[in-house]
Amino acid sequence: MATSLTINGKTHQVDLPDDVPLLWVLRDEIGLTGTKFGCGVAACGACTVHIDGEAVRSCQVPLSDVWGEVTTIEGVGTPEAMSAVQQAWVDHQVAQCGYCQSGQIMQAAALLAANPAPTDTEIDEAMQGNLCRCGTYPRIRAAIHTASAKMKEA
Amino acid sequence: MASIGKILRRTFLIGSAAIVGGVAFGVYYVRRPAPNPLSPGEGEAALNPFVLIDRNGVTLFAPRAEMGQGVKTTWAALIAEELDVELDQVTVLHGPAAAAYYNSAMIGEGLPNKGYDVSNFQHNLGEALGVIGKVLSLQVTGGSTSMKDGFERMRHAGASARETLKQAAAGRLGVDRLQLTTEAGHVVAPDGTRIAYTELAEDAAKLEPIEADLRDPSEWRYLGKTQPRLDMVEKATGTAEFAIDVRLPGMKFASVRMNPKLGGGMNGYDDSAARSMPGVEKVVDLGNGVAVIASNTWLAMRAVEAIDVDWEDAPYPPETQAIFAKIAEAFDADPNSTMRDDGDVGVTPEGATEITAEYSVPYLAHATMEPMTATALYSDGRLEFWGGNQAPTFMQMKVADAAGLATEAVDVHTTYLGGGFGRRGEFDFGVLATKIALAMPGVPVQTTWSREEDMRHDFYRPGATARMRGAVKDGKAILIDGKVASQSCTHQAVERMTGMGGGGPDKVLVEGLFNQPYAVPNYRISGHIADLQIPVGFWRSVGNSHNGFFHETFMDEMAHAAGRDPLEFRLELMRDEHAPSAGCLEAVREMSGWTGKTPNGVGRGVAFTYSFGTPVAQVIEVVDENGVIRINKAWIACDMGLALDPENVKAQMFGGMMYGLSAACYGEITFAEGEVEQGNFPDYDALRMHTAPEVEVRVLETNRFMGGAGEPGTPPSMPALGNALFDLTGKRARTLPLNQNFNLLV
Repeated sequence: MATSLTINGKTHQVDLPDDVPLLWVLRDEIGLTGTKFGCGVAACGACTVHIDGEAVRSCQVPLSDVWGEVTTIEGVGTPEAMSAVQQAWVDHQVAQCGYCQSGQIMQAAALLAANPAPTDTEIDEAMQGNLCRCGTYPRIRAAIHTASAKMKEA
Repeated sequence: MASIGKILRRTFLIGSAAIVGGVAFGVYYVRRPAPNPLSPGEGEAALNPFVLIDRNGVTLFAPRAEMGQGVKTTWAALIAEELDVELDQVTVLHGPAAAAYYNSAMIGEGLPNKGYDVSNFQHNLGEALGVIGKVLSLQVTGGSTSMKDGFERMRHAGASARETLKQAAAGRLGVDRLQLTTEAGHVVAPDGTRIAYTELAEDAAKLEPIEADLRDPSEWRYLGKTQPRLDMVEKATGTAEFAIDVRLPGMKFASVRMNPKLGGGMNGYDDSAARSMPGVEKVVDLGNGVAVIASNTWLAMRAVEAIDVDWEDAPYPPETQAIFAKIAEAFDADPNSTMRDDGDVGVTPEGATEITAEYSVPYLAHATMEPMTATALYSDGRLEFWGGNQAPTFMQMKVADAAGLATEAVDVHTTYLGGGFGRRGEFDFGVLATKIALAMPGVPVQTTWSREEDMRHDFYRPGATARMRGAVKDGKAILIDGKVASQSCTHQAVERMTGMGGGGPDKVLVEGLFNQPYAVPNYRISGHIADLQIPVGFWRSVGNSHNGFFHETFMDEMAHAAGRDPLEFRLELMRDEHAPSAGCLEAVREMSGWTGKTPNGVGRGVAFTYSFGTPVAQVIEVVDENGVIRINKAWIACDMGLALDPENVKAQMFGGMMYGLSAACYGEITFAEGEVEQGNFPDYDALRMHTAPEVEVRVLETNRFMGGAGEPGTPPSMPALGNALFDLTGKRARTLPLNQNFNLLV
């Protein structure tokens, strides 16, 4: 039986077994490859998306459990129209290999939506599930502070 | 053999001429131009293999893989500097696999000198030997060589393209080329007429490329200044294409399971359960492993796990302890090399204090964020290959072999690399993806490894043990006698790449130990090769990754035995030996406000490593927070001579440090029953947002020759942290990872 999903405001019908994780539905079925596979066990955060605005690890959400509207990195902004968080990432030249950054940005966006002016400790708490093997953490932190300031002005 | 002088002269002359033609340095039989790998279409002019101009615009080819080090941007800046195009006007692509893109700097690194002490003559010899890279098709991203390699060649490419376009414009306007100037992708005539390069491309294609002198650095607009990275917007919007993101019509997805007893074969398997699982299209027998092709990656991973396989044993001792016993045995045999043997280390001088210590570090995985992934399409006797790889020509060769095709029948498309760190210089994942795709001709198949498969089938940083003996007298080190034992990743890698056994003195085994710029009169370093069959390879900073820890922990121990401040102790030995190195230590002393004293609950450590032509000093501060130790702050100073993009160099420096600290704190690959015990990030963790230190980097530019950036940040991080923990706790870290002996924040 086909499952109906709303992703970035668009409805998709997906005909797959119930237990296929949302991550693979996004990547291999719908073709939204911005969300990355890193570990498959919710230990790295590369697959972070929003469900009804909440940051979740899409590798751990079976298709049948997707409880709300899904937003992926593609839904946050585009190269032509980046969100404030994405722009802050560019301003601080955060990415190195870049593979984890979709997940980092999704986690940061959810943090800023819930807490528009996070302290360093709050950033530590929110971001510690997102691994970056290139070690871009100092610039991620700076970018979150910048995005926070920009969003306050707006 | 011709005299060195003659080779150097010819290399220099031919070098610049050949570069203009789109090729490289040449000696004897390699003088002939390598075939231009870009076959220009109608209306395009391939001025040389690094620049392509057509009616639609200017495309620059960066023949090194972008794995996070910013090479795409800096290579483009090198070309643009001479070509006079704006960086945001051009498209930059990874070059295809081609001999013309050989890495000349990498072979120069192979010379048995210490690096910091090279004379101009040796430096030129290193450059001359770079031609060997071409013979071996060494199109490799590694050894922190990209900028050293591209610095001259890319600018020549840009300059030649510019002058040839000007000649084409001169012909059209009926004026002399020398009257013309260039700006922002246009040739400008004295009367202000502007002709776009894109308009001139066809005419320029009919001309012999023109050689031109390089501009003086004082005229540079891009180089030496920080540029916005060309891959940044893509990476912030999820639109950058990694190997795992390649999507082709009708594509299928596969996953593999190879023998976890590394190097062992397969006795047989039962795939009946897997065959009936949803989405499964095919089970592929890989000889020493199995793969499943399915309609999506997760279904393939699940099905491949459901295959019951009878594995053969591994060709090495099955337990970690026995493996390290084998490493220790290597000390009993003659050394493979003694790259430094100054003075006399046989006798400890009278009145001196002798210090001995044994250190040991574990095997390490690369753990790139993107697990090994590649896509292949086999049809009509040709193979298309997509993947992130550090060595496209090798990949092309190996993939062709696996498919039983000639190399010319294989096209390698290089995507962004979701982390390299040395892992993607191997080609095992490409060969497997090819074999799997061969099972489904006409269908593109993407093979993605699970994280567990990736971590358990790496080419590991070898475990290593060092035995150090030293002596101090009157507050100074007067003797260092060190031995290191480990597997040789160089010998193994050469064998994998060429099929011939590697041999001879392995400089990599002792790098970071024999070539440090300390004036110690009696100084001997030997390397012993352990005979083990565990797959080992190049891990960010390679031999320096363990030897930096050994050397700099021992320096700290000697400083304490001498009753000296560890920073001053080093500085004194370094000042006359290599001024840029001393400058780095002085810089971190100033940046950190180093006094040699720390308040209760705070510890500081210093370490220094000269590697890949770049001296790097680091100070690391740890704090005790109710019994839990947190890395609070780090200061880094490096001197790579010329920093083409300073902010990018800073990112590489602190990134390299974080990579080293991750390993120092948590990284360990162990074996039980012949299998790697760690499988995923919960048991092979890395620094995270809350455990990573604040960091400050200073980039100095006094070194005579350009050094690397991607790796030199890694080696000093581990000893600097260990030395900081000693300062905090009084307990000396002689083994890694540190979380086994210290209560680190997790």
